[in-house]
Order: sequence, then C-alpha cells, then structure tokens
Amino acid sequence: MLNNHSIPARTRGADHSPESPLSIHDLTVAYDRKPVLWDVDLEVSAGKLIGIVGPNGAGKSTLIKAVLDLLPRASGHVNIFGKSYKESRARVGYVPQRESVDWDFPVSALDVVAMGRYRKIGWCRPVTRSHKNAAMEALDRVGIANLAHRQISQLSGGQQQRAFLARALVQDADLYLMDEPFAAVDAATETAIVGLLQNLRERGKTCLIVHHDLQTVREYFDEVILMNMRVVAHGPTETTFTEENLRKTYGGKLTLLGEAAEANARQSAGKH
Amino acid sequence: MLESLESWSWALDGWIIAAGALCAAASALLGPYLVLRKMSMMGDAISHAVLPGIAIAFLVTESRASLPMFIGAAIVGLLTAIFTEWIRRFGKVDEGASMGVVFTGLFALGLVLVVQAADKVDLDPGCVLYGAIELTPLDTTTVLGYDVPRVVITLGAVALLNLTCVLLFYKELKITSFDPALATTLGISSRLMHYLLMTLVAITAVASFEAVGNILVVAMLIVPAAAAYMLTDRLSVMIFLSVIIGIASAALGHLSAIMVPAIFGFGSTITAGMMALSAGVLFVVAALCGPRHGIIIKLIQRRRFAAKCLGAPH
Amino acid sequence: MPDNPRENTDRIYLFVCFDPMPLLRKIILSLMLWLLAVSGSPLSAALGHDHPTATRYESITDRSFAWPTVDEWVRVLTLRDYNTRVVLVGTTLLGIAAGILGCFTLLRKRALMGDALSHATLPGIGIAFMLAVMTGGTGKSLPILLLGAAVSGVLGLAMILLIRNLTRLKEDTALGIILSVFFGAGVAVLGVVQSMGKGHAAGLESFINGKTASMVASDAQLIACVAALVVFFCVALFKEFRLICFDAEYAKSQGWPTILLDVVMMSLVIVVTVIGLQAVGLILIIALLIVPAAAARFWTERLVVMLMIAGLLGAASSLIGASLSALLPNFPSGAMIVLTATVFFLISMFLGAERGVFIRWANRWKFEQKVRRQHLLRAVFELVEGDEIGAGTPAYPISFQDLLAMRSWSARRLSREVGRAVRDGLIIETYAADRKINFTQQGFREAALVVRQHRLWELYLITHADIAPSHVDRDADTIEHVLGPDMMAELEALLFTTGVPASPHKVETQALPGH
Repeated sequence: MLNNHSIPARTRGADHSPESPLSIHDLTVAYDRKPVLWDVDLEVSAGKLIGIVGPNGAGKSTLIKAVLDLLPRASGHVNIFGKSYKESRARVGYVPQRESVDWDFPVSALDVVAMGRYRKIGWCRPVTRSHKNAAMEALDRVGIANLAHRQISQLSGGQQQRAFLARALVQDADLYLMDEPFAAVDAATETAIVGLLQNLRERGKTCLIVHHDLQTVREYFDEVILMNMRVVAHGPTETTFTEENLRKTYGGKLTLLGEAAEANARQSAGKH
Repeated sequence: MLESLESWSWALDGWIIAAGALCAAASALLGPYLVLRKMSMMGDAISHAVLPGIAIAFLVTESRASLPMFIGAAIVGLLTAIFTEWIRRFGKVDEGASMGVVFTGLFALGLVLVVQAADKVDLDPGCVLYGAIELTPLDTTTVLGYDVPRVVITLGAVALLNLTCVLLFYKELKITSFDPALATTLGISSRLMHYLLMTLVAITAVASFEAVGNILVVAMLIVPAAAAYMLTDRLSVMIFLSVIIGIASAALGHLSAIMVPAIFGFGSTITAGMMALSAGVLFVVAALCGPRHGIIIKLIQRRRFAAKCLGAPH
Repeated sequence: MPDNPRENTDRIYLFVCFDPMPLLRKIILSLMLWLLAVSGSPLSAALGHDHPTATRYESITDRSFAWPTVDEWVRVLTLRDYNTRVVLVGTTLLGIAAGILGCFTLLRKRALMGDALSHATLPGIGIAFMLAVMTGGTGKSLPILLLGAAVSGVLGLAMILLIRNLTRLKEDTALGIILSVFFGAGVAVLGVVQSMGKGHAAGLESFINGKTASMVASDAQLIACVAALVVFFCVALFKEFRLICFDAEYAKSQGWPTILLDVVMMSLVIVVTVIGLQAVGLILIIALLIVPAAAARFWTERLVVMLMIAGLLGAASSLIGASLSALLPNFPSGAMIVLTATVFFLISMFLGAERGVFIRWANRWKFEQKVRRQHLLRAVFELVEGDEIGAGTPAYPISFQDLLAMRSWSARRLSREVGRAVRDGLIIETYAADRKINFTQQGFREAALVVRQHRLWELYLITHADIAPSHVDRDADTIEHVLGPDMMAELEALLFTTGVPASPHKVETQALPGH
C-alpha cells in the first residue's frame, strides 16, 4: 500500500485536469531489471498535435504501449478522458509500427481498415456492407481508395502506412496514438499524413505521435515532448524545442544536434 | 520402495544406465544448437522422418544390419532438412508448416514401406515408438575381452562423433547459430553448418532408436539443453551443463522406472519414458531456480523493483 | 479508361454493394446447427446397416500386389461396402474440419502446435484408462479416454504458454519440451498398464495408433459432431480469428481478449486432435491440420476462399486416400491419406494460381522478356534517331555492331532477341556487308511509343523527384492512368521544349511515317 506522505503532492496528479485526453502519473515500466520508463508524469491538452522525440531506446514506443495496456507497469497509472483505458477504449485510435505485422497475410487493404470497426461490430457478427463503406471512406480520406482490394504485400511502404492510418481513422476516435508513422515513407505520403493530422486537429482531436526526424518537428507539431527514459521537457514547440533541451535529451549522442540547430535557425529566419 | 531395488544388478542395470547416458550425452551435445537456432521441432521432424530411411534399408538389405540403417537414416535426415528449406524458400511457407509437410509425408511413406517389409523383417511398432533399452544387456559383442552390449558401442561411437564435430567446428557453429548472415559474409557457409548439424541429428536419432525409440530422442535433444539455457549465458557452459543434465536424467530415469511404480504397487515401467520425464522434472527445477533467469528469481526482483519505485523519494 | 480516381471508387462501391458473405454465413451457420442437432439418426441411416464384409483391408501377410478389378473400383467408389462407407464419411468429415481449422493455426504461425498437443494427450489417456480399470470398468470406454486426453492436452497447452511467457525460451522450444516430456510420461504410464495384465495394453495401443480401417459408425458420428462444432466456431469467430492472426497487438489494444481467443483456437485443435487420434492415428491428424491449409494458401489471397479450398483439399485427400487404401491391400489408410494430401500440396506449390512457383516464375520470365524487348526497341530507335533523317523515315538500316555497343549485352543474346523481334514482325534483318537491322512499320510505331513512355517517366522523375517513387507503379504503359491528364500535358510540353534528349517531332506523334 502506498504511504501518501512519502510521495510529494506533484505526483498525486492533483493539478492534472480531470478531462484531459491523456493524463499520466508516475509511470514506470521495466524490462527484467532494466527500467525503460522512469517516473513519467504528463498531461496532454486537447486539440493539439504533439510529437514525442528522443534518442533510440528512450522508451517512446514503450510509453505508447504502456498507455494502451500492452505492457505491464511497474508503477503509476494512466487516465484517458478522466477514466481508465479500459473504459475509454472506444475514444482511442492506435497506429502501431509497420514492422509489427506480417504483410504477407491474405487480406486486402479494405479488410485491414475494416478491422478498426470490429469492436463496434461485436462478437461473432459479420462485417456488413455499412462497415465496409465506412472503411472505404477512410481509405478515401487517406487517398488509397483505388487500392482497396489489393493484397497488402502489394502495397508500397507509404501505402501500407496509410492503410494503418485509415484503420485508426475509421474508429472516429478522439485521441490518436501513433508510433513512428513517418518512418520510411515517401515524401508524398508524408505530406498526405501531415494534411490528415491537421484536419484532425481542426476537428478538435488530439494526436500523440512518436517521431524520429528532428528536422520536421517545428513544422509539424504544436507541442513537443522530449524524452529519454523520463520526460526531459514538455510544452509548446516554440519554447520547448530549444538547443538546451535537446542537449539534455540527447546528451553527447546527438550528431544531429548541429543539424537540428540549423533547422531551427532556418525556421525562425523564415518566419521573420 | 527400496525393496524394488533388490533385483538390481550392476551387470544389467549398469549397462542400461550406460546406454541411456551415452544416448543423452550424444543428443545433449547437439541440443544447445537446436535450441539457440530455434530449430527444436526439427529434431522431432527428423526423428519421425528417418523411418522411411530405415525401411528402405530393410527392404534393400533384407536385414536389420546397423550400417545400412545409419546410411539410410542420414540420407533421409539430410533430405528432410533440404526439402524443408526448399518449401520454405520457394513456396514461401511458414517454417513450422514446411517441417510439418515434409516429415508427415516422409513418415507416411515410411509407414507404407514398413508395412511392405513387415513380413520379411520383424518390426515391433512399440519398439519403434519407445525403444527397448531394457534389452540392451542381452545383445553383446566382445570388445577387448569384455562383453559389451552392441547398443552401448554404437551410442558410444556416435557420442564420440558428435563430440569431435562440436569441438572441431565450435566457432563455426557458434557464429552460424548467432548470426548466419554475418557468417556467410565472413566465408563460413551457414548452409553447410546447418546441414552438418541436421545430419548429426539424424545419425543420433537412429542410434538412439533402439535405446529410447524415436520420440524420446527429442526429449534428450531438447530438454537438457533448455534446462542448461536457463542456468547460464555462455555457450560452452551451456553445452557442458546440457550433457551433465542429460546423463543425470538417464540415471534418474532408470532408477525411477524401477522405484516409482513400486510406490503405487505396480511393476517397473518403461525406462525410456521415465528418462524423458526425469529430464522434464530437472528442466522445471532449472527454470524455477536458475540463478539469473529462473522464474522465482525474476519474480523476487520484480517485487523488489516495484517496491523501490514506490518508496523512492523524488 | 478512368483517369479520375473518383470513378474507380464508384466502381468499387458497386462491387461492394452486392456482398454474398452475410448470406453465406447465415446459411453455413444454420447448416452447422442443424447438423449438430440431428447428427445422430440421419448419419446412421446414411451409413446403413452392418453387412459382413468380404475383404480385409490390412492384410500384412499378403504381399502380392494386384491391381484391383473394375468391379472392385465400382464397389468402393459407389460406397456399396459398409466399412468403406464409414471410413470414407468419417475421414472426409475430419479432413474438412482439420483443413479449415488448420488455416488459422497456419496463419497464427502455430502449425506444429497440433503435433505437440497430440503427443501431450498420451499421459491423460493412460491415466484415464488406469483409473477406469482400477474402479472396475473395462477401461475402454471412449468418453473417459477422451476426457483424459482432453485434460492432458489442456495441461500441455497451459505449460507451453507458461514456458513461453515466463522464461527466455521461445515457442518452438516450449513445443519440443512439452511434446517429448508428456509423451515420455505417457509411455511410462503405458508401461505400468502393460504390467497390469495382458490384453489391457493392446486396446490402449490401438487407441493411440488409430485403426482407420476398423472405424465403426459411432466413431463416424462422433467425428461428425466434432467437425460441425469446429466449423461452427470458425465461421462464428471468423473475424476475431482473422484479427488475432494478422495483428494480435492491435487486437489487444482494441480490447479483444487475445489470450482467450488463442485458447479457444487451441482448444479446437485439441478437440480435433483427440477425436482424430483415436480414429486415424497421430501422424495423420497432424498432417491434416497442416498440409491442406498450406496447400490452399497457394491458390488465393483471400482468407475466405483459402478456408474453403483447405476444407475441400482435406476432404479430397481423405476420400481419395481412404479409397485407394480400400482398393489396394497392404497400404494403410492413414498413410495413404497423408500421401495424397502431400501430392496435393506439391501440385499446389508448383501450379497454384496466385502464389505457385511456376506462376511466379512464368510471370517473372514474361516480365523479363518484355523488358528485353523494350530495351531492344529503344536501342534501335535511339540509333536511328541519331542519324540525320528527313521527315520521319528511318531510311538507313543500322549495323548489328553499333547496336551491340549500345548496351552491355552479349552478341548471342542480342541476336536471339533480334530474331524474336523479327518473328514478331517488328524488325527486318538484311545481310548486306555486315548485319543490318531496320524497323518495320509496326516496329517503328511500337518503338516510338516505348521511347515516349520512357522519356516521360524520366522527365517526371527529374522534375518531381520527391513524390515520384510512390507513383512509379506497375507498368510504364499506364503512365497516363497513374499521373492524370494535367500532369501528362505538362510533361509533354516539357518534353517538347527541353527535348531531353534532343528528339525530333516524330517521337510525340503516333502518326505513321511514310515508308
């Protein structure tokens, strides 16, 4: 049992708003004896595009999976729209990494997208025409409606990523968690995804996105979370994505630090 | 319970344990590689698939002579590995399924051939399944003036062969088990090592045939190696421990085959079965109590870690 | 030709409108329920009464191999023989159930789970037998033995999951451990049973090895029930099984109880295995769970079709194999069924419509042929183009040597390619001083098209380097379809003005130059 007096008030989440899309208190996740996430405390505000960046192995994917109850937590808890994940499941859309799946499976792109509706369809009931139409619409929104009946291994990387995205969209969730959606996709797909994300933001949805490319952080995200096993900094991109915070996150490992600084300079020069 | 040991005779039971121990040692030398390469079920596949090789050897030589049997089995064992690889590569079929297709097909072929050969040669199906190690001491030849059971000699030779190969090819087997792609770029043919390993497995399977039958070879191949894997992180130690555990299972198996049924008032049971069961028991012990990877240890560590998280001041 | 993606979508909506699946589902589900409810009497009526049979099917002493007579063929194939009827019906139903269930275990990458679980049932059978005998029964009561087998199988499954989840060992090692240790325990129990008295063990062993040829009506009825159950679950839980086979983690994030679904799937495997074990033996049931499903994969990319083909292949293997065994003495039925299934597999692997080896090789060969043809045409065209030519007539034939120098092809390959083009009426060869090659009218037209395509693509790749890779799809022929009319107009204008490389008008026009 926890002794309340031994834990400072901060981590009791007293100052986390009850209705925020995602509220994480004191989350710690470990593999064997190695901690991967240590003492993560976060609150995410609604209607924003939030990027999570950090070096490899920093626990970014682990964070997403721990929120989704896919990994066991050593401590801490997570609130989504004020309730536990189990209760708010319908309001959360998940876009996992592409490598998590065997693309040789005998399903078409439409089938994959329709999987996002299975929960709504319920146990043992078939996938009816209306659900397939919804899936089709989602495919259309990501721009690959013409590939609906193609088997997924015949899609390019960017098209596969779009199919995954469509699968999350078809749920019409309010909070989207995406794990490296921009990894190894072509520029056209990247532009399309960014457009989609901005559209989601306009509709008041929140997107939490694990991102790997420091160059594009300022351009894509309203807020940024810098992570390295713990949260180094969290806030609006303008004020948080600074060289000092980057140095604290990446330590000496950042060879891209110089490039990131250049990108920053270019962006701010371009803005003025 | 101990009364059942009254009929113990070192001349008989000793040789039985020796045969079992040699079988276990021969298999346990190869086992770690199978476990590390995630080819455990290949051991099962090959031990089923050698049946047609043996049957063909019977049909061709019309006797139960050892050497043709070994050759037949080695060839078929190699073919199993080759066919599985072909189906996996060209058919793009999942690895487990490829193995399943090949070994069931070959086994069915073997069954058909065995039935054809049955009236020419006497084959007891039970023997095929679980061997007859109890009969070991009865079939002896003279070596250096001593009466040594034939099976012991065969198994001893195979164990020696396996030991030689493992020592000779130690680093090649190690690197091809760990990173086959890298090995190939360094000039060490992963494929050659794979087929070498599979051939040795086939030979060991046939040699153990008479001692423990064809299913229990799998036990000797996999279970001691898995137990050793729970106890150490170093390959050489793993191989060594695997052999020790295998020999221990053999001894324990024979003892319990005599003693355990007596507890319930039955006569002694089939040794081979108890050997496999003993190996299983030893595995469970290793899995639970292993010093670094054991389940109990990990549970304790997790509790301690969680307590540390909660209690630590920020 | 639709150049508007919207039109494509409309077409697909049309296709989606008529969806036979829900109706098909309802039909299958109702059929299954009916079968479950009434499998008793119709089946025994169909099987008929017990007639004494003249032929024995497993004569080991008779080594003579005689081709069956026509009469015998007819008798077997028209199911006039009671025993044959029972065996065929039983094994066919088993084949269907195992084939369908096998698709899911194959895609879940658990093909050998059936192997491990079938071996794991042995100790349960033995202990159940012993308990039955010790409490005074004969010990050969089927329900008790099956219960023992099921309990043992479930225990084995639980241990596999425990080993896989709690230790650093992978699933294949867990399977190997359970398979061998449980089987060893079973053998030990068998040894005890043997020492219990004569006659007991013999019944037990035949239970384990299966005696297909001596299947009786009640066996077949039991198989029918189980088969109906399995198919029912597979149809009812179709989308759930498909989801966990494809993306188990996503399923978990969606709240599906993946472990429960896995357990249901594996329990179905245990049920099929246990029933199949006592009917047809260990190896056969493993084979039926793997081979038809693996064979079906080669014929389609759609899961529903794959299930149906697998069921069909399972049924066909059983039917043909059991019939062959009935016709030819000395060939055990289990083995014949497995061999038939394997033959089907090999045929599927090579000739399968979607993924068969021959098909893939044929496609690749055709593609390479097309590429070689295009290279030839382009090379000849570019040589011709280089000459000073008037209003579009490639008057001067070019020499073979010049052509040879254009690309890195060998003389032999080039002349083979040229010969092929000559046969197709695209090129004329003249043997003046050295070999000369010239276009025919048709050849010129085709070459012009190919070169135009190629140059437009090149331009596109240069000017739109960033987004090009996602659009370079399939054939160059469809460049208009992929890029849309606006982009095409822009590129053609660019081609015309920049002329990359310098190209006369005739490249763009498709009008025939006078010859």
